[in-house]
Amino acid sequence: MRNLTARSVLLGLAAPLGALVFAALVCGIILAATGNSPIDTVDAMATAAQRPRTLVNSLNSATVYYLAAVAVAIGFRMKLFNIGVDGQYRLAAMLSAALAGAAFMDNLPSFLRIALTIGVAMLVGAGWAGLAALLKVTRGVSEVISTIMLNAIATYLVSYLLNPARLAETTPGSNNIGTAKITEGGQVPGIEVSGSSTKVFGLVVLAAVVGFVYWFVLSRTKFGFELKATGLSESAAVASGVSVKKMVVISMLLSGAVAGLVGMPQLLGSSYTYSLDFPPGLGFVGIAVALLGRNHPVGMMVAALLWGFLDNAANALDISGVPREIVLIMQGVIVLSVVVAYELVRRYRVRAEQQAVGKALGRTKTLEEVSA
Amino acid sequence: MSTEPPAGGAPAPAVQLSAITKRFPGVVANSDVNITVRAGTVHAIVGENGAGKSTLMKILYGMQQPDEGTIAVNGAPVSFSSPADAIRAGIGMVHQHFMLADNLTVLENVVLGSEPRKGVALDFGTARARIAEISAAYGLGVDPDRLVDDLGVGERQRVEILKVLYRGARTLILDEPTAVLVPQEVDELFGNLRDLKAEGLTILFISHKLDEVLSVADDITVIRRGTTVASVSPEGVTARKLAELMVGSALPVPELRESTVTDDAVLTVSGLTVVGADGRTVLDNVSFTIHAGEVLGIAGVEGNGQAELVEALMGIRSCNTGRIVLSGRDITRATTRHRREAGIGYIPEDRHRQGLLLEAPLWENRILGHQTSAPNVRGPLLDRKGAKRDTERIVDEYDVRTPGIDVNASALSGGNQQKLIVGREMSGSPVLLIASHPTRGVDVGAQAAIWEHIRRARAEQLAVLLISADLDELIGMSDTLSVILRGRFVADHDPATVTPEQLGSAMTGAGRED
Repeated sequence: MRNLTARSVLLGLAAPLGALVFAALVCGIILAATGNSPIDTVDAMATAAQRPRTLVNSLNSATVYYLAAVAVAIGFRMKLFNIGVDGQYRLAAMLSAALAGAAFMDNLPSFLRIALTIGVAMLVGAGWAGLAALLKVTRGVSEVISTIMLNAIATYLVSYLLNPARLAETTPGSNNIGTAKITEGGQVPGIEVSGSSTKVFGLVVLAAVVGFVYWFVLSRTKFGFELKATGLSESAAVASGVSVKKMVVISMLLSGAVAGLVGMPQLLGSSYTYSLDFPPGLGFVGIAVALLGRNHPVGMMVAALLWGFLDNAANALDISGVPREIVLIMQGVIVLSVVVAYELVRRYRVRAEQQAVGKALGRTKTLEEVSA
Repeated sequence: MSTEPPAGGAPAPAVQLSAITKRFPGVVANSDVNITVRAGTVHAIVGENGAGKSTLMKILYGMQQPDEGTIAVNGAPVSFSSPADAIRAGIGMVHQHFMLADNLTVLENVVLGSEPRKGVALDFGTARARIAEISAAYGLGVDPDRLVDDLGVGERQRVEILKVLYRGARTLILDEPTAVLVPQEVDELFGNLRDLKAEGLTILFISHKLDEVLSVADDITVIRRGTTVASVSPEGVTARKLAELMVGSALPVPELRESTVTDDAVLTVSGLTVVGADGRTVLDNVSFTIHAGEVLGIAGVEGNGQAELVEALMGIRSCNTGRIVLSGRDITRATTRHRREAGIGYIPEDRHRQGLLLEAPLWENRILGHQTSAPNVRGPLLDRKGAKRDTERIVDEYDVRTPGIDVNASALSGGNQQKLIVGREMSGSPVLLIASHPTRGVDVGAQAAIWEHIRRARAEQLAVLLISADLDELIGMSDTLSVILRGRFVADHDPATVTPEQLGSAMTGAGRED
């Protein structure tokens, strides 16, 4: 890790903050141009931020986004683009929901039931991602293409399985269908917050643990070093004795396993069933959050919280008459501008560092000084 | 572009740089540089890496602006704020790394960015005619309709030159043009340069290969630590003297002291054959033995199987037949990791591609390639303290000039990056060192230091496989010399008696004298 000087901290924050300010400006202009008051919008968001319920919901969204972001980031760190987090978590959530809701599970102790559900979700996620890894190392198929296609296949597979004739049942009194409801022993209790009708997902703890493990493995273990090395320079990694194929398989499996966790907080903390209205598209949010958070465990946490807050503030905007789509515009602009800003800061940093080295050395030593 | 005669009557210099000074925050890259380039000559600028040659050329090409000093082209003062201004004044630059699109033809590459137009359509006819005309006038022999992908390195370089001429340049800056060429291509390039000169063009030739400079230049300017220290003519100076001017002190020579070769075979390779992806045999039945305390030098024109040999020995490329035995253990099928653990140190030919993680700090680069051994790891965990401490040791012992071990490898100069790699690969007492062009692109000071480290390790019974394009280095540093040609070992020479000329002809397959 770099030494923490005021300058390096400032540089690290420059890109995301700059992108945020830029996005706010763009949104302000769009709002003004469409006849909405930017001031009112900020006001509505500020009011929303004071409601405990909005905050709890934001934290819950952030928990899920964070897990998705870590799943994406594991691949990103070695230049592996797992676009398939989306399909992986949906398939994993659906299958583990079916298992957790099954009648025979009622007899198991609560802890074992939850552990089993989560374990199966990770296995399914890893398995689905593993297909892409296998295609890549044996046939050279780009993981971008294969994971996108696997997303589509997962969609159809889930809708095939989510049928009363197979793993699902119709919800009484509605035309929704879903897996059997997970009974209380299989649920993860939420955390009460005063003033809020919703509870904080109990599995927020799981997200924190995943974040810690992610940080620890990447920065403290040999495996993490090899993963980062492969991402920085594949040829150098090969020369250093890393088997790139093995790394591709392992990191894809890990990415998929974490992706399998993405649906868990929602499934075990709120829905208790995988039904047609289970939240989709979380994998893609994960990509945006990983980009914004620069694959950094803390950075992604902040990014996930921001994303969660923006999403939930959108509801408040609706109430005060501002079109909620402004949040989508804002999120889009943030992602685009943050990518540009990071590159600018990176270039500046490289130049600054080279100059610092030149400054510290002053001049080249003569031969006598060298051999002396 | 006419040369305007000044009051004196003699033609004005093509380029005159007076008192150029360029400061970067904290560093003075150039101070008080004075160079006069006579029109119609080849003017060489020599200096160590980091001496300030590149900055100076960037100033002349308008990529950077000087803080002080003036530039005059053909006697008239100019001020360039971008390369476009420089091109307009007739100055063109051929970069060290080619900037060509492989999937386009020569013609398309040449016109790219200054496409001739007829209304809205591109006028390729006129362009083709002009290219053919330029190519014929300067003897470049470039066919406008060939795909760049099909061209060799030398031909690509001529396309780059043509590109610059096509834009009307009368003064060409060539940045280390021979770094990428094999000896025959260098000769061809020099032939082209003489043709260009005969046509009245002026050439600025940046290099640190002194023999080449002496053979092609009319005037030589030596730069050291950002300033011009001498202007000499090639007649009155030797390569050695020039090098001493560059370094500012007496020069090291590659030579070994008394023999340390033992009977103890460290690496035995027998019948090694490697077939490339295209079905071509790139290594053909190669056999050799390196003993403890022995340096085996391999001479050869680049592209004759050296890279494949190194990769086969490192386990990066699998061999088709043959056996590799290291200290009595068959490692033919072992992974790169196992070979490294068995004690092979590796200094790769291309340090940016294979030797370093440029965007990682020095201490992480210390770990690279040694991820499984102390002091870098403890079990599955990294030993960050141990790795950092050992990086400090390498920085200290190998004189890696850096403000600290937390800076990224990309911030160091090439020579210092190489010293870090040498230090790393010598750590953990290796039994065999594979050194591929260990002193390529490093300055004279670093070169001497690297030689000294190899000598010292040899005295401590290290076996070394040395591959180099620098024949003096090969002859001076080897106990045994083999020549590789088209994937085969074709001759053995005694480094004590062989001359670079004999070696050179054996490398091209010309003279099979002994």
